[in-house]
Amino acid sequence: MATPRMVSDSGEQEGMTGAGSGRYRLSHLGALEAQSIHIFREVAAEFERPVLLFSGGKDSIVMLHLAKKAFWPAPVPFPVLHIDTGRNFAEVLEFRDRHAAALGVRLSVARVQDDIDAGRTLEDTSPGATRNRLQTPTLLRAIAEGRHDAVFGGARRDEEKARAKERIFSFRDQYGQWDPKNQRPELWNIYNARHHKGEHIRVFPLSNWTELDVWHYIRAEGIDVPPIYFAHRRQVFQRDGMLMGVTEHLGPAEDEQVFEAMVRFRTVGDADCTGCVESMAETIDLVIGEVAGTRLTERGATRADDRISEAGMEDRKREGYF
Amino acid sequence: MTELLRLATAGSVDDGKSTLIGRLLYDAKGIFEDQLEAIRRSSEQRGNPETDLALLTDGLRAEREQGITIDVAYRYFATPKRKFIIADTPGHTEYTRNMVTGASNAHVSLILIDARKGVIEQTRRHAFLSSMLGVPHMVLCVNKMDLVDWDQARYEQIKSDFMEFAARLNVHDITFIPISALRGDNVVQRSENMWWYDGSPLLNHLESVYIGSDENFIDPRFPVQYVIRSQTPENPDFRGYAGTVASGVLRPGDELLVMPSGTTSRIASIATADGEVAEAFPPMAVVITLEDDIAVSRGDILCRPNNRPSVAHDLEATVCWMDDRSSLSEGKSYFLKHSTRTVRASAQTLQYRLDVNGLHRDEGATELQLNEIGRVSFHCTEPLLVDDYTTNRTTGSFTVGAGVIRVIATTHASPNVMRHGGRLTRADRAAALGVQGATILFTGLSGAGKSTLAAGVEEAFVRSGRPAFLLDGDNLRHGLNGDLGFSDRDRTENVRRAGEVARMFAEAGTLALIALICPFEEDRRLIRALHDEANLPYAEVFVNTTLEECERRDPKGLYARARAGQLPGFTGIDSTYEMPNNPDLTLGADSGSLPEQVARVVELLEMFAR
Repeated sequence: MATPRMVSDSGEQEGMTGAGSGRYRLSHLGALEAQSIHIFREVAAEFERPVLLFSGGKDSIVMLHLAKKAFWPAPVPFPVLHIDTGRNFAEVLEFRDRHAAALGVRLSVARVQDDIDAGRTLEDTSPGATRNRLQTPTLLRAIAEGRHDAVFGGARRDEEKARAKERIFSFRDQYGQWDPKNQRPELWNIYNARHHKGEHIRVFPLSNWTELDVWHYIRAEGIDVPPIYFAHRRQVFQRDGMLMGVTEHLGPAEDEQVFEAMVRFRTVGDADCTGCVESMAETIDLVIGEVAGTRLTERGATRADDRISEAGMEDRKREGYF
Repeated sequence: MTELLRLATAGSVDDGKSTLIGRLLYDAKGIFEDQLEAIRRSSEQRGNPETDLALLTDGLRAEREQGITIDVAYRYFATPKRKFIIADTPGHTEYTRNMVTGASNAHVSLILIDARKGVIEQTRRHAFLSSMLGVPHMVLCVNKMDLVDWDQARYEQIKSDFMEFAARLNVHDITFIPISALRGDNVVQRSENMWWYDGSPLLNHLESVYIGSDENFIDPRFPVQYVIRSQTPENPDFRGYAGTVASGVLRPGDELLVMPSGTTSRIASIATADGEVAEAFPPMAVVITLEDDIAVSRGDILCRPNNRPSVAHDLEATVCWMDDRSSLSEGKSYFLKHSTRTVRASAQTLQYRLDVNGLHRDEGATELQLNEIGRVSFHCTEPLLVDDYTTNRTTGSFTVGAGVIRVIATTHASPNVMRHGGRLTRADRAAALGVQGATILFTGLSGAGKSTLAAGVEEAFVRSGRPAFLLDGDNLRHGLNGDLGFSDRDRTENVRRAGEVARMFAEAGTLALIALICPFEEDRRLIRALHDEANLPYAEVFVNTTLEECERRDPKGLYARARAGQLPGFTGIDSTYEMPNNPDLTLGADSGSLPEQVARVVELLEMFAR
């Protein structure tokens, strides 16, 4: 018989079940896990060709971990897909391949570069331009080519305010567009999977998780994440109030000073638009302490792509973005 | 151990709801500096010197442009005791659907009352919806107490006004808290100004409200969501049933009944990826393995032999319609998703539409539009396994159609009515008796010649040694259907009973011949569905005689009486006959003599036999 894990955290228990004042209680992580597992099974039962978006970032790692648990002891009954911008951190790509192989899932990669080379998308080559928006056409192409009718994404509602209003089963029309004013009702744990050929549903099993929940769960489950989430020494420079790492994809402008700092990444996007934060958090316990104490959201702190405008995320989602 | 608490809030900016949520979030670190900075900037751009906390929840462009909140916004914060999910919904009438969405999963609903205004229409609406959705706990925050000089008498008056209204609702736990969201009195900190209040501040109450008995731990219900099979070396022959425990507690060794098949077995193990567990309770997501190798699939419900859901084709439900592009109206058919099963269902009758402000019933209503609530009876093509919503939020709820929602099922069928399977199968019966049953519906206007044709077929069959029996509409109305009149509702019931009886005859091996005007396509579809579902041969024969010809024949003098206004609702005169969309056979004046027409029907039946 399995016993509920009890992880000590300043006197607080972190297992999945526990004896509170009532006998049959789940911890909040246990309840979140159960809801996510329910969502995975619902999709597997109602769709023909689901796919899970896997970037090697912590949210997609947790999502894949939950998928594994949902179908245990059988294998995960769908493949995983990465939209590779060509600007990813090398450490994360290495982790992505190793992790997918270790879990025995089929990974396919759709490259933004292929769409640029084929003339399907036009790259903005002005200074400071990123490939963030270019991911959308590549994502939609990969969904169409794979004839995917359900696409799991790791988005959380606490990340951003347009996401705070999105359904767990979020309908996309034949052009991949989200219509925020025509969202389907979603009550109890009943999810509407109906769609026509060519349309699909984006599914967000982590909708109700927060950044802190994700880290608590990573610790409770002993899940492996890429090393750049933990404090390490790195060559960095300041840009627009963010600390940017020096990588093959991004270097300093003439007036920007490079210096070495102890940093870690809170989110993992493209190397040219994801900033890091100064941190001494080299272990998961220290990361949790730091996240619990921060007064900035992870996207606000470190994502240039979300700073474009007040409606930045909503506009991209309408076009078919994650 | 931190627990999860889901909180639904409703109200408008005027109530100070946003201020209250802003304060809860900020004090509990549920909002961040950069979010606060962003809304401070937006407020300034709009010429508002104060930071407008409502902007926190207005996530969409249209909402900011129009200064309204369109949809449910989810917010998260945590204290060392609990993690909170707030489903925050706007208060205006148009947004009933959002409130219903937010409340469907909530443990607690939080309603704000402006101390100056007291209990208003909006307060009653929120309380009613919360009660309808079965939210177990209700908290009423009487806000802006600073503006009424912290007056205890005013607070007590509001409390008693609300309790008078709440007597009509089904809520067991109601808590009142006098607060000032703006000044922080009784939100997180106890109020010095309201020394007379001896209860907890809001946050303290939310951290301690007892939710341990909100789930139903009595009636085991396990809707099977997905069948897991594995042939890995570690698990060479694994077959388990994955699902989320809806209610009750399950343990290995428990005897289980599989619904709707009625087979029984015992729980061999309750598996999870972390290992086997000794018990499973809601809302755990687990995998159940059984001791016996029996057929179980998605849509089935595992329960106990002496504690089972009702098996119902007919449901009565309180429905909130949530689609702005269509309406719910009598006779239309929809996809209905209940637990893990989706079926076709037709809305039979809208008994009344409810005015959510005054709780008045409008019995003359014929449809439900966006945000309207009513009592509706549905007929499903396949039976559902349901419980009353008050005892089970999972097996007592369903959603209808693409973009539409509803609530709550109570049923006609008594909880103990279940189909009994005898020992004989249909194949046994056919082999022993040498006959196979079927049903034919003859539809057409009064006087079209349905009964004559059906009697001809009956005679041809019986004389050749094959059992057949005519169920004539007029004859049925003398006995079985003697209690029914000619309203649309009674006509539908008349057809339904005839269909059910025919199905039993067919099941027994007899050819059942129904001769019935059966003027509505929907009713004909239902008879067909009854037979399709039982896998019995069925055909629809349209006896297509023109109205002029029927009226000329007028064998019973009915047309003459109808024309004279003595038979209101007579088909063809002042009630419509919907032409069959897709009959299996159409016979009319040009289809030959009666014996020739009988031969055509017999031919059709012989096609079934092949």
